[in-house]
Amino acid sequence: MSTAAIETLPRVEPQASLRHQYVIFAILVALAMVMPFAIYPVFLMKGLCFALFACAYNLLLGYGGLLSFGHALFFGSAAYVSAHAAREWGLTAELSILLGTAYAAVLGLCVGWLAIRRHGIYFAMITLAIAQMFYFFYVQAPFTHGEDGIQGVPRPPVFGIIPTVDDHVFYYIVLAIFLASFLLIYRAIHSPFGQVLKTIRENEPRAISLGYRVEHYKLLAFVLSATLAGVAGATKALVFQIASLTDVFWAMSGEVVLMTLIGGLGTIFGPIVGAFFVVGLQNYLADYGSLVTIIQGVIFVFCVLVFRRGFVGEIAKRIGKPL
Amino acid sequence: MFDLLGISAPAFFGQLLIGVINGSFYALLSLGLAVIFGMLHIINFVHGAQYMLGAFTALLLLNYLGIGYWWSLLLAPLIVGAFGIVLERVFLRHLYKLDHVYGLLLTFGIALVIEGTFREFFGSSGQPYGIPPELAGVQNLGFMFLPNYRAWVIVASLVVCFGTWFMIERTRLGSYLRAATENPALVQAFGINVPLMVSLTYGFGVALAAFGGVLAAPIYQVSPLMGINIIIVVFAVVVIGGMGSILGAVVTGFVLGVVEGLTKVFYPEASSTVIFVVMVLVLLTRPTGLFGRA
Repeated sequence: MSTAAIETLPRVEPQASLRHQYVIFAILVALAMVMPFAIYPVFLMKGLCFALFACAYNLLLGYGGLLSFGHALFFGSAAYVSAHAAREWGLTAELSILLGTAYAAVLGLCVGWLAIRRHGIYFAMITLAIAQMFYFFYVQAPFTHGEDGIQGVPRPPVFGIIPTVDDHVFYYIVLAIFLASFLLIYRAIHSPFGQVLKTIRENEPRAISLGYRVEHYKLLAFVLSATLAGVAGATKALVFQIASLTDVFWAMSGEVVLMTLIGGLGTIFGPIVGAFFVVGLQNYLADYGSLVTIIQGVIFVFCVLVFRRGFVGEIAKRIGKPL
Repeated sequence: MFDLLGISAPAFFGQLLIGVINGSFYALLSLGLAVIFGMLHIINFVHGAQYMLGAFTALLLLNYLGIGYWWSLLLAPLIVGAFGIVLERVFLRHLYKLDHVYGLLLTFGIALVIEGTFREFFGSSGQPYGIPPELAGVQNLGFMFLPNYRAWVIVASLVVCFGTWFMIERTRLGSYLRAATENPALVQAFGINVPLMVSLTYGFGVALAAFGGVLAAPIYQVSPLMGINIIIVVFAVVVIGGMGSILGAVVTGFVLGVVEGLTKVFYPEASSTVIFVVMVLVLLTRPTGLFGRA
């Protein structure tokens, strides 16, 4: 690939103070604690699941510079496994989610191992094609119930004791899952691993010449991203009590790219903003059919042409601090 | 031989024919993608939508202006190609200095807009488009029946693919094109209008997709979703063949169509996934693709 880096990503100074990020994080957590008293908790849980999905995706595209166009595979597959575990095997909530996540991790390892053999747009086409292959597989596989999906998934108690049927209670469990995963991503980005990942994004040949095994870093980023996308999908299956083909469809892969892009590629908080924006948009336009698709397309075009930094990236540039 | 394998000869040749037909479309579309990628370094995600637009243009020309199949075969690629040139001038030209992935994202967005709009107006279900009366009959080949229209599709696709190959590899215009692919600045210094050439190349690639769409209209239903369903398969075809070679794209397209058709005979459950499986196998053994350059 001749142009190695995605140009508009904000360059984060390693020494820059990150205190303002802790403040923002604390405000967001406080906000998240009181939100269910004002807003329908199922909507909030949907937003949190997609926010986690987008954050996981951002780790790969925003920090690793790898455009996967098949991330719905990990999200939707984990949803299937977690729904199946809860419904057919009667497992507890945390075990169902863990099982879905583990499946996404294994898939991530296989797909990543294949896809990192090619760069740039080939990488995107390969991930899209493999995801489509699994989509066709899930259409035919008996355990997914084809077009119907796995419906009527129960919400088993967490650890067998904490009941989750009440949306207000389950919301805080979903929030805990989100926060734990978010902190893991935050830690990964600011670790030596994250720094090397950014180096690869900016200049891969340079990273190779410095002696880094670029393939290992890319693969680890891919697996980590797929695993966390799996956490999001597995949780979402229990929130909505359904796992269906929509979750593994290419359109879902497109949506997560859109969320990350409009929130801000390579920013910490951008994907959260982007996810809630897109989920809110879908909610608002739910009755208008294809209009959602058209508007999403227009936002894509708009973002790529004039708004490549996204909401949070644009603010970060104004205030001159990484967000 | 067929009795041994437990399938009938007509079923075998029938699926083989469907395979070659699908292969014609894979070849036309991957050829267009390769031509566009060679010049613009953009993966044209709207390609499927433009194929769909070709079919719809033919349908609308027939329904509203009474223009038949043969004129549509000429007019639809021109109209959709012109639309492609507008897209290139208005949107794509801003991306040439950016990372390639932005081209993919932008064209994905345009595809969503086009397909969403057509779904809004025409619904998701397909609409029939009649076979032209000149090609209505069937030939009895002894071992199978060959509908005339299907034979025409194969011939037309082969001729267009060969013509494109000839134009790019054997003519003066093609040599300008190949030179501009290698080093646009130098070619421009020789007084050749490279930006115009880029626009026309994109328009030509788009016209190929629209031509495929018109060819497909009488075989498949004309539906807003026909493009996106085929384009992901074509991406896999392109990964398998590599985009470095025109002939490679065409050969890979036809071969994979046949592979898909034969899978339908021997193991129907895998027919929708077989091309992706081949892609995985090729990635394992020859990561740059069968005809690709590293």
